[in-house]
Amino acid sequence: MDFGPYLMLATLEGAVTAAVLALTASGLALVFGIMRVVNVAHGEFFMLGAVLAWWVTDLMGATPVLGFAIALVVVPLMVAALATFADMTILKRINYDPERTIVATIGILYILQQVTLMTYGPDARPVTAPFNTRLALPWFERTEDGISLYWPWGLSITSYKLAVIGAAGGVLLGLWAVMKRSRLGLMMRATEQDREMALAFGIPVERIYALVFGMGAGLAALAAVLVVPIQQAHYLMGGDPLLLSFIVVIIGGLGSLPGTVLAALLIGLSDGIISVFFSPTLAKILATLLVAMLLVFRPQGMFGERRL
Amino acid sequence: MSVLVAKGLIRQFNGLRAVDNVTLEIPEQQVRALIGPNGAGKTTLVGLLSGRLACSNGRIDFLGRDITKVPPHKRIAMGMAYTFQITSIFPSLSVHENVAIAARRLCRNEKDTRAVVADALKRVSLAHVANTDAADLSYGHQRLLEIAMGLSQSPRLLILDEPTQGLAEGEVAEFIKLIHDIRQNTTVLLIEHNMDVVMQVADVVTVLNHGQVLFEGTPADVQANIEVQTAYLGGAHVKA
Repeated sequence: MDFGPYLMLATLEGAVTAAVLALTASGLALVFGIMRVVNVAHGEFFMLGAVLAWWVTDLMGATPVLGFAIALVVVPLMVAALATFADMTILKRINYDPERTIVATIGILYILQQVTLMTYGPDARPVTAPFNTRLALPWFERTEDGISLYWPWGLSITSYKLAVIGAAGGVLLGLWAVMKRSRLGLMMRATEQDREMALAFGIPVERIYALVFGMGAGLAALAAVLVVPIQQAHYLMGGDPLLLSFIVVIIGGLGSLPGTVLAALLIGLSDGIISVFFSPTLAKILATLLVAMLLVFRPQGMFGERRL
Repeated sequence: MSVLVAKGLIRQFNGLRAVDNVTLEIPEQQVRALIGPNGAGKTTLVGLLSGRLACSNGRIDFLGRDITKVPPHKRIAMGMAYTFQITSIFPSLSVHENVAIAARRLCRNEKDTRAVVADALKRVSLAHVANTDAADLSYGHQRLLEIAMGLSQSPRLLILDEPTQGLAEGEVAEFIKLIHDIRQNTTVLLIEHNMDVVMQVADVVTVLNHGQVLFEGTPADVQANIEVQTAYLGGAHVKA
């Protein structure tokens, strides 16, 4: 295969990574932007989404398509409910104090991880994709008659991966519409800007916080349900999404949704391309280096505003 | 019926009595001005009335209900709106969105909200900047936006803390017109340094000094009163 088809394959794989990452990271960005909470347990909500997706599809047994469809709806809601519960019972009790929420979410991280190990076990388990047609992709070559298409061996993508990209895009558009166009979104943005004043205007800030924490975790879980037919569910799978989400949120400008999505594209695509041509480890090294450089030269991120 | 009745309000800050046994009664449809030299306790008094500060002693009735222990956001829900001495708007929301937040409680649906917001913005003549970010407005317009946020709540009592501070002369004239418009259906408590404004809009003026009510009367009475003039012009509390 020539360089061109390789690059196209790497870009497509990168686009899948980017789509999943954009969903996960926008959950983290939402929580950080509105609540000023650094949620270290975010990766575990992702992991929980994947593990619960396996559990739900396993329960449904014979009908993988229906099982997966149910998992796609039910699992994010389950994880969101759990996160909302954690917010009301833990984060609210410590008044969302920045340092203490970090320690508290580290605690939540270990609780979720160990409970999963004790119940679900240490195995990585696959979930069958609801549909998985292999689509061969064309590439062009120059022949004597001009440019013609051919189908290089190995250049293909599955219909499921394309669906993941589409679904992530759809959910992100929906999230954007909720934030910009709905009353709930307006209340969330007001809370983000000034908690005290939002309270003074009668916005139920505590309920908004609980909802936002739930939404953030739900987005991570949704991303995990989407990715689990590609990646398998495992109790330690939360680490990478957490690291990459943090990288993306920092690059995007803490709490900025458009910035987060753009940074997810950048990191996801470069991760895909570098992983194909060099190694996945190098991709992580470069992404982390990029964050370090950005923190030196533009600490507010690409789209962030300087905060006092 | 009186909109607001405050009896024997005391606020103690360690050794200092910022508000010392203040009694205040504002009847419906009145524009009441609260004046006094710097440090007289005006802003503290507003803090007590709005609920941002707790009373050390005393009782506040609003529309016939005891609200002494009611938290600020519930007082707003009951029909008390106020603007602060420091501009309090959401800077990166648009002008429209700012007012929509304030009007949220009264409006059940999107259409109502639009109508209420448009009306409030029209009254303060900010309709033309509805889609601008609040942060990009001039200081004077930000203060008007605050008032629009107060008005959109259809308040029974509107408390304005130093609304003309930092306004240009033309803007002050506009503001006086605005108060005349607001007074048609709203009771106003106006904390103000600018005596011109007070003389033009107030029905009754309450003068505060050292946390106590020094004098209460019509603007003309106040001007004639020797004590008031001493409070402003003499002693340690000179205010030009």
